[in-house]
Amino acid sequence: MSAVTLKQNEEKFSKLQLVIDQWKDKEGPLMPVLQAAQDIFGCLSLDVQKYISKELDIPVSEIYGVVTFYSQFTLKPKGKYKIGVCMGTACYVKGSQAILDEISKELNIKSGETSEDGLFTLDATRCLGACGLAPIIMINDDVYGRLSPGDIKEIIKKYKD
Amino acid sequence: MEMIKVRIDGVEVEVPAGTTALEAAKLANIDIPTLCYLKDINEIGACRMCLVEVEGARSLQASCVFPVGDGMNIKTNTPKVRAARKISLELILSNHDRKCLTCVRSQNCELQDLSQKLGVDDIRFEGERYDKPIDSFSPSIERDPNKCILCRRCIAVCNNVQGIGVIGATERGFETMVEPVFNMSINDVPCINCGQCIVACPVGALREKDDTEKVWDALNNPDLHVVVQTAPAVRVALGEEFGMEMGTRVTGKMVSALRRLGFDRVFDTDFAADLTIMEEGTELLNRINNGGTLPMITSCSPGWIKYSEHYYPEFLDNLSTCKSPHEMMGAVVKSYYAEKNGWDPANVYVVSIMPCTAKKFEAQRPELSVNGHPDVDVVLTTRECAKMIKEAGIDFLALPDGDFDPALGDSTGAGVIFGATGGVMEAALRTVYEVVTGEPMENIEVHAVRGIDGVKEAEIELGDMTIRAAIAHGTANAKALLEQIKSGEKEYHFIEIMGCPGGCVTGGGQPIVKAKTYMEKDPKVVRAKAIYDEDRDLPIRKSHENPSIKKLYEEYLGEPNSSKAHDLLHTHYVERSVY
Ligand code: SF4
Ligand code: SF4
Ligand code: SF4
Ligand code: FES
Repeated sequence: MSAVTLKQNEEKFSKLQLVIDQWKDKEGPLMPVLQAAQDIFGCLSLDVQKYISKELDIPVSEIYGVVTFYSQFTLKPKGKYKIGVCMGTACYVKGSQAILDEISKELNIKSGETSEDGLFTLDATRCLGACGLAPIIMINDDVYGRLSPGDIKEIIKKYKD
Repeated sequence: MEMIKVRIDGVEVEVPAGTTALEAAKLANIDIPTLCYLKDINEIGACRMCLVEVEGARSLQASCVFPVGDGMNIKTNTPKVRAARKISLELILSNHDRKCLTCVRSQNCELQDLSQKLGVDDIRFEGERYDKPIDSFSPSIERDPNKCILCRRCIAVCNNVQGIGVIGATERGFETMVEPVFNMSINDVPCINCGQCIVACPVGALREKDDTEKVWDALNNPDLHVVVQTAPAVRVALGEEFGMEMGTRVTGKMVSALRRLGFDRVFDTDFAADLTIMEEGTELLNRINNGGTLPMITSCSPGWIKYSEHYYPEFLDNLSTCKSPHEMMGAVVKSYYAEKNGWDPANVYVVSIMPCTAKKFEAQRPELSVNGHPDVDVVLTTRECAKMIKEAGIDFLALPDGDFDPALGDSTGAGVIFGATGGVMEAALRTVYEVVTGEPMENIEVHAVRGIDGVKEAEIELGDMTIRAAIAHGTANAKALLEQIKSGEKEYHFIEIMGCPGGCVTGGGQPIVKAKTYMEKDPKVVRAKAIYDEDRDLPIRKSHENPSIKKLYEEYLGEPNSSKAHDLLHTHYVERSVY
């Protein structure tokens, strides 16, 4: 880790410590602390869980159980680009499953996962409200509509370079 | 205590307030099926096998967590109850990997029992099955997620009884699993290999790493001298694997069985326990007299050792440097004994029969070796030993009593009591007292250090010196004790810690006791009684009076803690990370 990221990390942990101090002696501190940690770090890595485990005296296994139980928590950081594939009725009817499968194949990740290079996170989403353009995907704030699986390679390529 | 009256299936019983319907039914001789329930350890009402009908209540109640009230009328055998239980069971079975024929727990499985008892003759639902890899990376613990029924008994033991918590429930719904975090192997998390999760598991999802094949191979190799040794706790439990009453002593039959299996020598780890006392007692007195690190803590329990390496590295200097007894035995066999018999140590193969799964890991530690040969080649649990005896077609119950082989098979009552919590302490006191005072100890049974309280304390007068001693068993108790020492609240000279609750008699490699049996008796107490009976019946009960120990020092080691003794019988520890 470079000096800069180490320092950033330290800042994040001291932020987390403030939240822990605030909840430590209250009933049920785990959920609020995890929520704060998720916001601060963007994910709940083993290091973060170990830290919370030590501070709250709760075994890592119990924390991990909670983290994997609720979908609001993630174990790995989200990618630089978040790809949302609309699974609303209109998109679904127009073949969004095939689009999702194609992206999945292209990036070698399943829905909910992040690619090895940390660039993309793939999610199947609810209706994005652009049914006229179905099937659509969103990559961060960009919308792509009227897609067929053949278009995917080209689109992904734009973000890779 | 307030007593209340309840009717269960028409039978009236009087019970203390707060008694659960399950316990009350037991008093009325009514057996309610259970699966997730483990007395005092896991009482969470998760599996719904123990449902009963309570008059006036709207829904069926899980009797293991339902406290009865005065005047209640409970029915355990109505059509509604039977149907509900059966559905719960069939749902569990629907996605269970039902390969009983090849399962270690067949005939000793609570799920299989229930299926029989409840008359499940067909599984109407065929659930989605997962096919997850078996985790067999640990030298001690093997985990088969496909057999797990999510009862959480292992989680409760690891978390609450041992204070460790390296397995937990993850994900949700169909994806729910009981496993270590981040898909890690149990070998890569700070597990101490105590095996308490194995003896808590009702099915074959957790088991020891099976090493019996290695031993069969060694026995079949004509070039090897295959030596076996048995820990004290094995002889008071092995009989259970052959249907004998808990607490039956089978020392003689065990020795005969091992000889029939073809071992060249059958030695007693109790001999090495006596040797441990000589070394550890001397070490203690040296530390006290020369300002060494105190309190000194015993090092016989590899579960405890790994626990301290992970969780209390600041106490590593407090640990006695003595190897555990079976490792000492291995070292003596591959040096002294091999030399005396003209054996090449490279061709000597030492097998330890232990009540313990942590010793499988311990035996692989590179530092536990003598001239490049591992002290101990293979560790088998009491259960694996029984398995070999059965495979060989030996009729255990019909065996005559045999005797251990001379020299390294000679032992004392002090060696035997190592098997119960407090035993190492008591054995040490029997010797240290006489070394310090030069007088025979009048009452050698030190009752203050016996029994199953989690932490025990005693003060012992040795001439003009008073030794403050403490004993803890089960790592959660050890943790509590160590915290008191850290905070300065308590001060001791000598501490005995055993990783497993009850000590070795209830180690993770011992015969598995069913949840229902725990409702009637506590194996910690019953097996310990057998240990103390064995001690009482032995002619010599003090380690320093063992003639073969004296001879070993005269002929080979010189004095306790001599440099030769240090080379062979002492070790060191390493700090390990937590995850
Ligand atoms: S765990 Fe029990 S029910 Fe399952 S396969 Fe093994 S013996 Fe059969
Ligand atoms: S062996 Fe002991 S420490 Fe390891 S998971 Fe089982 S109970 Fe926990
Ligand atoms: S591994 Fe065994 S004890 Fe643990 S939850 Fe699964 S079935 Fe229960
Ligand atoms: S719910 Fe009572 S035994 Fe499982």
